[in-house]
Amino acid sequence: MSTAAVHSLWTTAADPISKIDAPKIEYGQLSPTLIVVGAAIIGVLVEAFVPRKARYYAQMFVSVVALAAAFAAVVALAADGYGTTKARIAAMGAIAVDGPALFLQGTILLAALVGLFTFAERRLDPEAHGRPVDSFAAQAASVPGSDSEKAAVRAGFTTTEVFPLLLFAVAGMLVFPAANDLLTLFVALEVFSLPLYLLCALARRKRLMSQEAAVKYFLLGAFASAFTLFGIALLYGYAGSVSYATIAHVVDGTVADVDPALADTMGNDALLLIGTAMLVMGLLFKVGAVPFHMWTPDVYQGAPTPVTGFMAAATKVAAFGALLRVLYVILPGLRWDWRPVMWGVAIVTMLGGAIVAITQTDIKRLLAYSSIAHAGFILAGVIATTPDGVSSVLFYLAAYSFVTIGAFAVVTLVRDAGGEATHLSKWAGLGRRSPLVAAVFAVFLLAFAGIPLTSGFAGKFAVFKAAAEGGAAPLVVVGVISSAIAAFFYIRVIVLMFFSEPRPEGPTVAVPSPLTMTAIGVGVAVTLVLGVAPQYFLDLAGQAGVFVR
Amino acid sequence: MSFPLLTATAALPAVGAIATAAVPAAQRTAAKWLALLFSLATLALAATVAVRFDPGGDRYQLTESHAWIKDFGVRYELGVDGIGVALVALTALLIPFIILAGWHDADPLETGSKRWRPTQGFFALILAVEAMVILSFEATDVFLFYIFFEAMLIPMYFLIGGFGDRAHEHGEQAAATQRSYAAVKFLLYNLVGGLIMLAAVIGLYVVAGNFSLAEIAQARANGTLDMATNTERWLFLGFFFAFAVKAPLWPLHTWLPNAMQESTAPVAVLITAVVDKVGTFAMLRFCLQLFPEASKWATPVILVLAVISIIYGALLAVGQRDIKRLVAYASISHFGFIILGIFAMTSQGQSGATLYMVNHGISTAALMLVAGFLISRRGSRLIADYGGVQKVAPVLAGTFLIGGLATLSLPGLAPFVSEFLVLVGAFARYPAIGIIATFGIVLAALYTLVLYQRTMTGPVKPEVSAMPDLRVRELVVVAPLVVLLIFLGVYPKPVTDIVNPAVKQTLSDVHKKDPRPEVEAAK
Repeated sequence: MSTAAVHSLWTTAADPISKIDAPKIEYGQLSPTLIVVGAAIIGVLVEAFVPRKARYYAQMFVSVVALAAAFAAVVALAADGYGTTKARIAAMGAIAVDGPALFLQGTILLAALVGLFTFAERRLDPEAHGRPVDSFAAQAASVPGSDSEKAAVRAGFTTTEVFPLLLFAVAGMLVFPAANDLLTLFVALEVFSLPLYLLCALARRKRLMSQEAAVKYFLLGAFASAFTLFGIALLYGYAGSVSYATIAHVVDGTVADVDPALADTMGNDALLLIGTAMLVMGLLFKVGAVPFHMWTPDVYQGAPTPVTGFMAAATKVAAFGALLRVLYVILPGLRWDWRPVMWGVAIVTMLGGAIVAITQTDIKRLLAYSSIAHAGFILAGVIATTPDGVSSVLFYLAAYSFVTIGAFAVVTLVRDAGGEATHLSKWAGLGRRSPLVAAVFAVFLLAFAGIPLTSGFAGKFAVFKAAAEGGAAPLVVVGVISSAIAAFFYIRVIVLMFFSEPRPEGPTVAVPSPLTMTAIGVGVAVTLVLGVAPQYFLDLAGQAGVFVR
Repeated sequence: MSFPLLTATAALPAVGAIATAAVPAAQRTAAKWLALLFSLATLALAATVAVRFDPGGDRYQLTESHAWIKDFGVRYELGVDGIGVALVALTALLIPFIILAGWHDADPLETGSKRWRPTQGFFALILAVEAMVILSFEATDVFLFYIFFEAMLIPMYFLIGGFGDRAHEHGEQAAATQRSYAAVKFLLYNLVGGLIMLAAVIGLYVVAGNFSLAEIAQARANGTLDMATNTERWLFLGFFFAFAVKAPLWPLHTWLPNAMQESTAPVAVLITAVVDKVGTFAMLRFCLQLFPEASKWATPVILVLAVISIIYGALLAVGQRDIKRLVAYASISHFGFIILGIFAMTSQGQSGATLYMVNHGISTAALMLVAGFLISRRGSRLIADYGGVQKVAPVLAGTFLIGGLATLSLPGLAPFVSEFLVLVGAFARYPAIGIIATFGIVLAALYTLVLYQRTMTGPVKPEVSAMPDLRVRELVVVAPLVVLLIFLGVYPKPVTDIVNPAVKQTLSDVHKKDPRPEVEAAK
């Protein structure tokens, strides 16, 4: 037997393998996501192996370090030019590393870090059986009101699983706005949605309401996911690919090589339009735009307030990021078809959110409807379809998320015997009992209302300016009108806090640990800095305004 | 770089507001003195501005310009013309009197009352309003102006809603409800006006690309910036609406009587004599300069609304039973005169309107503050609860009379000059409008004299028989205002000298010349 024969055997055996390239993964460029996923897995291991007493601190440590490290990685990538000149598509075309992605990832990570502090707060409730308790159920699996629940409380259990759940959700959110093919988009959607469904069910107080919120969120979210997936399938049928770039080329008509297996469907506009509609529907659900907003008030109200704050801020950032990328990268060629629809959605979202909010009597529901109205304002910027539109949306999202987390953090402080006192009537005269807390909340409300010298005004001005320049002047007018309507209910809360008589049995304001104080402090600082001197951040958002294709 | 005098005039009260708010709760009197000190220092700075201003010089003087928000085309640009100088001076002049007059308005009430009145907050808010008003008189960047135009609503809102009269005929709970109603009404009206203006501000940016008043006005003048007729009209309406709410012009005036009635007298003066002037000032500065053609287009309608304001405000003032509401409706009537003067588009009219803003500020302050002293003595705002006050408190009655006579524009007192100029300016171009407006003066005589007669003359009512006369602090407030009213009535030249060149320039912006006298035209 000759050596040549052996060699040829080797080569024949090796040949097909050498044809399948090992996927080339740019670990450095994906490091923010990888760090967070890794930390989440470590968090799961911590749950399994670390003694119960030490878990809280171990989880806190892992989460804080991971989020900070991931943020540092984002900053390093941006400083390296990946946001602008070196923008590229990584991970075999699955994930974009570009300005909008990095900006949104940075925003999500910071919001998550601040949100984490509210998760970790353990001083608001009185200690149970000698142990500090947080906002989460002692044992999620025990039936509310049952003996096992009581036993869990007596044993001083805490659900430290919330930390890895948060990290998994963050990981999904980091990928969502960066996803550059539809399957990655869908996987990211599920990765951040599932932990959120769970987190919503974990409230320590009002557990039934919390579980109800989670079930509603899960069922409607599953529906929305199904729509998204169906839309993705139709788009695949239309373009023969799930890659954003390829679909965009097919939409533009610049791709000629038809996949023989899809020859019947490729280029069929019905598939494109229906697929697009379903995909965008799924994204609008996550954004909380009318008419896909029904879950928002119930879920915001029922979920533990720290989760609500985090969800309201970070989900919105991630979902708007994904929506922007889908509309600007896949569908610019279809602009004349989707713009009128989005106009309609933006108008009903702005008006609907603002009008329904007027009748609310629960502070969390009120903030939920306010978040719907804000989604409408942001959509006005999305519709601009200009680089200015992108950067204004990025700026708005950054400004909005810190106000939101701060506002919900304040909500966690106002408590009575039944936990958080979220009914508005209980907030009467708060300004007299605790002027500082009421003043801080008033600052957040004024920012929501878009009063000048707050971040809300700068953001609102940016998106309205972009919309007006993009030829959507009527949207600006509607936006201004709904701002006026919205101002009414923000002001109503301020009136209640400062000008109403306090009730004798009214709630007290709990003194939080430095964790929540930090969250609120960051919220106030960002609100004022972005309101008075927004130029640096506008620059940042402006540089980040171009999508890689 | 020279000393930023204009920034300093606004920064000083702002710093004062923070310093006053930071005074510990127990040191109430110290906070008051601190606030007074800051307001006096601001007055000194404003006087420096007036002295340094050269009426014959450039249009905008003492200018400052710094980059601010590049992405929005916004610069931090300040500058004053003669009109701005006059109004900055008026604001800085009135605030110390307002603070002095409100010296005890925010003291904690006697034990047993649940009302909560943080003294430091009251004075800090007044200074905060002063800072924002002064900045909006000085801003030559539309966006910068807008920011302070809107932001001043917030401290104003807390002043109205948080601090009311000491007494109320229907008890404390009813008073609290009405106060917060008035505050919300004030805020919503002005916020809606402001938001509509925001749409127009954005529209202006889309059309012009920047917010600099000077640049836009120049580009418009030399034709490099062409606005479509309809665009210009819509933008004008957006701006004018906000200013007409603020000023306030009929039919957008209904917030003013509520706000003035429910707030303490010094705050009511702050609203009508200081804050509302931003509205009329902005019509002169922004509406006419940015949108000259649209201003001319809208003139007939605005003049009609102004005349309705004059007559309607005066008629309703005649019918009021509440002293503060009466002054509020009288103010609406006077704002009608100011707007009439502005849109008559004659130099007499606009000089008169500017002078009117100053004089109305002083005369309303005199009348309203004395009325406040009166109300605080008796604990009632109703005219019917008074009678014969001049026998028990002659000085109070005397100053009240002078304030009232100033309000009805008696010759020899300052408002006469301005009202005369406005009417002359209106007659020159629109005789019919001028004639109708003149009836406003007749009605003014009716409502002020009837007010005086019912409260001050006649038999002494038992409730007022022990009423003390003006105290030293109150005299210190009233006397200078009365002196000013008489001085400016006899010798208005210092103000007109500063104002006239600016008015000429504003008129040239709208390409309007004064109509020639009829006799000359007939030749």
